[in-house]
Amino acid sequence: MSETVDQSTVMPAKVETPLQRFISDFSDNKIAVVAFVVLVAIIFIAIFAPWISPTDPYDLAKVSILDSKLEPGTTSMDGVTFWLGTDSAGRDLLSSIFYGLRISLGVGVMSGIIALCIGSVIGLIAAYYGGKVDTLIMRVVDIQLSFPAILVALILISVLGTGVDKVIIALVLVQWAYYARTVRGSALVERNKEYIEAATCLALGNNRIVFRHLMPNCLPPLIVVGTVQTAHAISLEATLSFLGVGLPITEPSLGLLIANGFEVMLSGLYWVSFFPGIALLVTIVSINLVGDQLRDVLNPRLQK
Amino acid sequence: MSLIVFVGVNVVGDPVDMLINPEADQAEIQRVIRDLGLDRPLHEQYLFFVGNALEGDLGKSFIFGESALKLIVQRIPATFELALTALILAVVIGVPLGVYAGMRPTAISSRTIMAGSILGFSLPTFWVGLMMIMVFAVMLGWLPSTGRGDTVEVLGIEVSFLTLDGLSHLLMPALNLALLKISLVIRLARAGTREAMHQDYVKFARAKGLSESRVILVHVLKNIMIPVVTVLGLEFGSLIAFSVVTETVFAWPGMGKLLIDSLHNLDRPIIVAYLMIIVLIFVIINLIVDVLYSVLDPRVRIKDAGQ
Repeated sequence: MSETVDQSTVMPAKVETPLQRFISDFSDNKIAVVAFVVLVAIIFIAIFAPWISPTDPYDLAKVSILDSKLEPGTTSMDGVTFWLGTDSAGRDLLSSIFYGLRISLGVGVMSGIIALCIGSVIGLIAAYYGGKVDTLIMRVVDIQLSFPAILVALILISVLGTGVDKVIIALVLVQWAYYARTVRGSALVERNKEYIEAATCLALGNNRIVFRHLMPNCLPPLIVVGTVQTAHAISLEATLSFLGVGLPITEPSLGLLIANGFEVMLSGLYWVSFFPGIALLVTIVSINLVGDQLRDVLNPRLQK
Repeated sequence: MSLIVFVGVNVVGDPVDMLINPEADQAEIQRVIRDLGLDRPLHEQYLFFVGNALEGDLGKSFIFGESALKLIVQRIPATFELALTALILAVVIGVPLGVYAGMRPTAISSRTIMAGSILGFSLPTFWVGLMMIMVFAVMLGWLPSTGRGDTVEVLGIEVSFLTLDGLSHLLMPALNLALLKISLVIRLARAGTREAMHQDYVKFARAKGLSESRVILVHVLKNIMIPVVTVLGLEFGSLIAFSVVTETVFAWPGMGKLLIDSLHNLDRPIIVAYLMIIVLIFVIINLIVDVLYSVLDPRVRIKDAGQ
């Protein structure tokens, strides 16, 4: 503690860039740093799954039914070791999980980004124009948020049908309201600040004020909500896929892998649904931990 | 709302494919289509549906050939029993743990409780359910993994919790469903307790020489229960919605499982009827919670009366 005081008084004030300050604030919490590293590793696996997987679980020429239901750590006749065992079709579970992460993360992140864009534009419009527009938009948001996400998703899926695009649409429609509410909240505060007044005095167009001046200042809370919502989206997609109303069998996400394991679990093959679940859990927990730390770092009230 | 759901549901897939055995000839297919009313244009089908819905008839299930409303209402008690048990478990387990963690915020045991509650938020419900089945039903063989077990009829409603067998069937699904809410209640109770411990009324109660257990059980608990009850009331709806997942995992014969089965079989009348009923249940729950809130919290009541 005394060291830092000495440094700042003796040495000429070291100027930290905002990014440096952000990094040093973030690394205060060791658990969050670990979570961040794990998350980067997971994203790396998801992106490069086809190149780093030991086998291609969906290449029918390579998958042998003779290898089915092997316990974790057994080696097949071809000399391939199945570190996490195989499922009932003889697919290597580790490779399946890598491919599953790719799909789960892809769907979660994609729906998160689309929902963020749509939600924040709607939220900005509500906050900037106020009045009847605001009331109407926020009433819709309130109604939607009073229903649990899983129910809204099920309604949408039963209306839209199943498929990758349909699931993404459903996840976007479930999530946009959270973003809209967050952006509106921070935009209402920002709107009354001097720089917006200055921009209005300069007779800048509405679009320019909203997107160039208002929006960048509403970003920090949005990033926090974005990370947490992405974790929710991944979990929701897994749940839908598990229920058999999410992604089709041709796009096996982690939820579908767990559902596959459910069928053989009663005969004692615990690993088929255990390991994909662990992968899902680690992903969600690390995203949540990073999100928690981001919230603390980006919250101006907690800043030192 | 009903229009969107009806049209949307009716555009997806062709239930005739699911219903008729592949060897049926063209004449038989035509007969089934006519019987189900699927040969008429969509707007006619919708008007027919609304007309019947106003008379309390939400259509007949394609698969079971029975009234959709009746099929769902039959399954409501099972779902409510599950959701209510989960709610009770959430309070019984969550409040003591939360109060304990709130009284000693820095103790290792309290931190363990909080870490557990974070984990409870992150764990995917359905996977926890699977693991519970794995450990308690498959490996240890202590609890049955599917169904409701023996039921007893009380006031014309089948209930499981009055028989030992039913209770053993109920325990795992209810605990699974309650997991998320336990984590929530722990956080609420902890935050409430931490706040209440510094209030004047707690100091005064101690100054009066009341025993610590009386201070906590009567004075603190009374005050932290207001947010807990409100939030749990609102969450009861989400318990019913989430029971879709738990019911599927544990093959619990409730309305959520019926929905998932119907989605797979494209049994449109049931899907539409379920969505109508669940929205209605939600509206009713929210209304009850609003009323309860003002009954429980005198501050709200006095403010309203003063206006």
